[in-house]
Amino acid sequence: MHPVRKQRLLVVLFILGFSTLAVGLVAYGLRGNINLFFPPADIVAGKAPLGQPIRMGGMVVEGSVIRSEDSLRVQFDVTDYAATVTAVYVGILPDLFAEGQGVVTAGVLDGQGVLQASEVLAKHDENYMPPEVAEALQKSAGAGS
Amino acid sequence: MIPELGHLALIIALGLALALSVIPMWGSYKNHFQAMALAPSLAIGLFVFVAISFGCLAHAFLNDDFSVSLVATHSNSMLPSAFKFAAVWGNHEGSLLLWVLILSIWTAAVAVFSTPLPLPVLARVLAVMGFVAVGFLLFSLLTSNPFARLLPSTPSDGSDLNPLLQDIGLVIHPPILYMGYVGFSVAFAFAIAALLGGRLDASWARWSRPWTNTAWAFLSLGIMLGSWWAYYELGWGGWWFWDPVENASFMPWLAGTALVHSLAVTEKRGLVKSWTVLLAIFAFSLSLLGTFLVRSGVLTSVHAFAADPTRGVFILVFLACVIGGSLTLYALRAPAVSSRINFSWLSRDCLLLLNNVFFLTATLTVLFGTLFPLLMDALGQGKYSVGPPYFNAVFVPLMAVLVPFMGIGPNARWKQDSVSRWQRELLVPALVALLLGAVLPWFHAGEFNPWVALAVVLASWLALAMLRDLLSKLRHASGVGAGLRRLSPSYYGMQLAHLGFAVAIMGVVLATQYSVELDLKMSPGESHEIAPYRFRFDSLEQVRGANYVADEARFTVTRGGALVATMAAQKRRYLASGQVMTEAAIDAGVFRDLFIAMGDPIGDQAWAIRLQVKPFLRWIWAGAIAMALGGFLTLADRRYRRARSAATLTLPGANASGAI
Amino acid sequence: MARFKLFLPLGLFVALALLLARGLQLDPKALPSALIDQPLPEFSLPVLGAEQILSRSEVVGEVALFNVWATWCISCRVEHPYLGHLATQGVPIYGINYKDDDAAALQWLQQLGDPYRLSIVDAEGSLGLDLGVYGAPETYVVDRSGVIRYRHVGVVDERVWSEILEPIVTRLRGDG
Repeated sequence: MHPVRKQRLLVVLFILGFSTLAVGLVAYGLRGNINLFFPPADIVAGKAPLGQPIRMGGMVVEGSVIRSEDSLRVQFDVTDYAATVTAVYVGILPDLFAEGQGVVTAGVLDGQGVLQASEVLAKHDENYMPPEVAEALQKSAGAGS
Repeated sequence: MIPELGHLALIIALGLALALSVIPMWGSYKNHFQAMALAPSLAIGLFVFVAISFGCLAHAFLNDDFSVSLVATHSNSMLPSAFKFAAVWGNHEGSLLLWVLILSIWTAAVAVFSTPLPLPVLARVLAVMGFVAVGFLLFSLLTSNPFARLLPSTPSDGSDLNPLLQDIGLVIHPPILYMGYVGFSVAFAFAIAALLGGRLDASWARWSRPWTNTAWAFLSLGIMLGSWWAYYELGWGGWWFWDPVENASFMPWLAGTALVHSLAVTEKRGLVKSWTVLLAIFAFSLSLLGTFLVRSGVLTSVHAFAADPTRGVFILVFLACVIGGSLTLYALRAPAVSSRINFSWLSRDCLLLLNNVFFLTATLTVLFGTLFPLLMDALGQGKYSVGPPYFNAVFVPLMAVLVPFMGIGPNARWKQDSVSRWQRELLVPALVALLLGAVLPWFHAGEFNPWVALAVVLASWLALAMLRDLLSKLRHASGVGAGLRRLSPSYYGMQLAHLGFAVAIMGVVLATQYSVELDLKMSPGESHEIAPYRFRFDSLEQVRGANYVADEARFTVTRGGALVATMAAQKRRYLASGQVMTEAAIDAGVFRDLFIAMGDPIGDQAWAIRLQVKPFLRWIWAGAIAMALGGFLTLADRRYRRARSAATLTLPGANASGAI
Repeated sequence: MARFKLFLPLGLFVALALLLARGLQLDPKALPSALIDQPLPEFSLPVLGAEQILSRSEVVGEVALFNVWATWCISCRVEHPYLGHLATQGVPIYGINYKDDDAAALQWLQQLGDPYRLSIVDAEGSLGLDLGVYGAPETYVVDRSGVIRYRHVGVVDERVWSEILEPIVTRLRGDG
């Protein structure tokens, strides 16, 4: 083969191989490492998968936070005003976590409909609601009308 | 009065930026000497007026002028002065002004240091930077005026700066980060000027290299500072979260790393010019994209500024103008026929381009992961989030495959090299690296961890290969001292940056693999062991700071009975805002960090406590600092000074030192 | 052909820009309601604390606010004092006690004051369903002829009133 041709062929093969590798990595990385957001209403309605990582957002119901006396286990209810789901978390809650404030929790839904949270994110600001929570609230509004 | 002065200065700066973007550009086409010669003075004028404006805002913050809305909402009279000053950029409007200030600093620096450039080139470069400044000044004045007043109802005190930001990290992190972010505008401006002038040659690459290296070094330092700040201020011990805002600064760094290497090929060998131009556009576009992502609210992040769709629309339109315009220009003006391929696969040229492939792929995968939630949302597929596992799964293998080539790169010759020569040079380093990888993990931890072994192999291979290269450079010198003196600063810069990369690899992998983290319920008097350290919770105290009260948990840490450190973690409540914040106690060390943070009170005297031992954590940042220093070191190179004193001469790129 | 290749980056950027533009639209702050400019739905429901069945015709006739509230709603407690303030200013406010317990609701009004002309008991949420209520608090502005003109989701406070609701109410009153 002509050397220039050969070089070009090699370049093409290299690009092809490398991009396949990259796309493969991306596809592998995305598998199981992304999680979909569900508002409590959808979870109660049974739309969320059991045993898979999901995120749930809403308001922490006032008076629902129960701390364990002898461990770091915390239980609290999250509501989007249409439905309420209980979440359980073992660990240290973020500083901004508070009753009556917006929260996003990531975790796995168990058979009892309780979210076993592995991560709790909170942002505390009167004017702030996590965008996903706001959207979830608006979505249920759209569904109702 | 002074805020109005600042506002006025900003408007004047806009006028100057407009003039800068139009007059010299026009002059460069009409060959109008005076019009072009105006560019440096306009650039310096732009800097002066933006600086005045920034000074006025800083004055308002330092003097507690709560009639200025920004001061009232982001500062407080009880705030220490250094934080009052930092509060200037602890918010959207002020940080935007900082952005513009730093852009004007870069513009003025180009005007001052690049005077020997051919005048039409200088005029065009400054005009392009002026155009970018126009966009951001308009953005500031139209959508985010930092000087807006709260009249007549001036509050008696401010609502305080977010406690997370009341920290030395905020004082230095944003300016350094922006120096990097915005610094890529210089490489961008050089690229656009070259496209406009139709003269894409090695001299263009040589002019823009020192600027690009500087920006890259600042960005490395800025990202490192951000990671460090996140670690001790909001990380609960984490140091990188793959958060959209972190990614926003990381993507320009990745693209910038590719650019730094591609510029080397273009300068030395005159190859891949259009590719390098494209990378310069790409790097700055990612900076702009980062600005958009952080400020428009399209992505959810803990760091993002308050979302405002109007601002988003403005930046998007500006983005479309700058990026769309420059890519159109690129499509129309870049040399379509690639320079004849006259290098072999086995050459430094090729390895440098391989670097580009890796870093560009890394950039694109990070970009994809960052925008994936947006994409799914736009397609109506629901609200997804992409977590760190995705980024780790993609990023780590890419870097692991990159490093073997990284060791060969500096040892390889330009244009043509051979495998047999590489074998001769590098077989010993490779074998030693493998040996170290097999032995060191046992030595350190008494067990074999494959990830740690891999990290040791890669890092030691990289370090040894660099050493091998240094030795072969000295081989023909009369003496070691003379040989070392003959090597150029840019060679040392390259060595240092690559060694920094090796150190960072060690830090990242070892800190991740060997970290021990425990969340516990602890009361004063209790202790807990994370081998070989014993953490004892001595007492719980109430303390008072300048603008907060805190519960303080005091710990002593011992190792085999000997005192290692006394540490005090705090749970602070800030008086002005009532916000609660965790202040972790950290005992830093070369080989390990001890970390204690307080969670919530559980019952009587007991607290949720997080204890962590993180080996080799500091190596991550030490590596990043070495990379940044390497970048700065290249500036001392005679080549660039000579280029300055005789810039119109197109010197052949050959350099005895063989530095890239 | 070679030139064409150089347009590739531009094409990719255009696609990206379109995605980002879409991203901006996906951030809706205002909530459009299907019922805007539709008449207030018909209903026949009891009045809180009274032996009376109320229908739509008895509450329309003037520009009024319809506030959806409940004792389980945290934010309702936040806006309650301000609603009281509005009521003393002479703004007619009707309450819709949404999916709530009558006794608890009466106790709440006793404790915190009653800003409402009267509260419609919507224990089953049937009126709420017709209105498209998803939660509380929500506040609807209804004009003289009983047509819903605006829907506010969330807390009504000083800022919301003076910036959004008051101009609408004033305009509706002026419409003759």
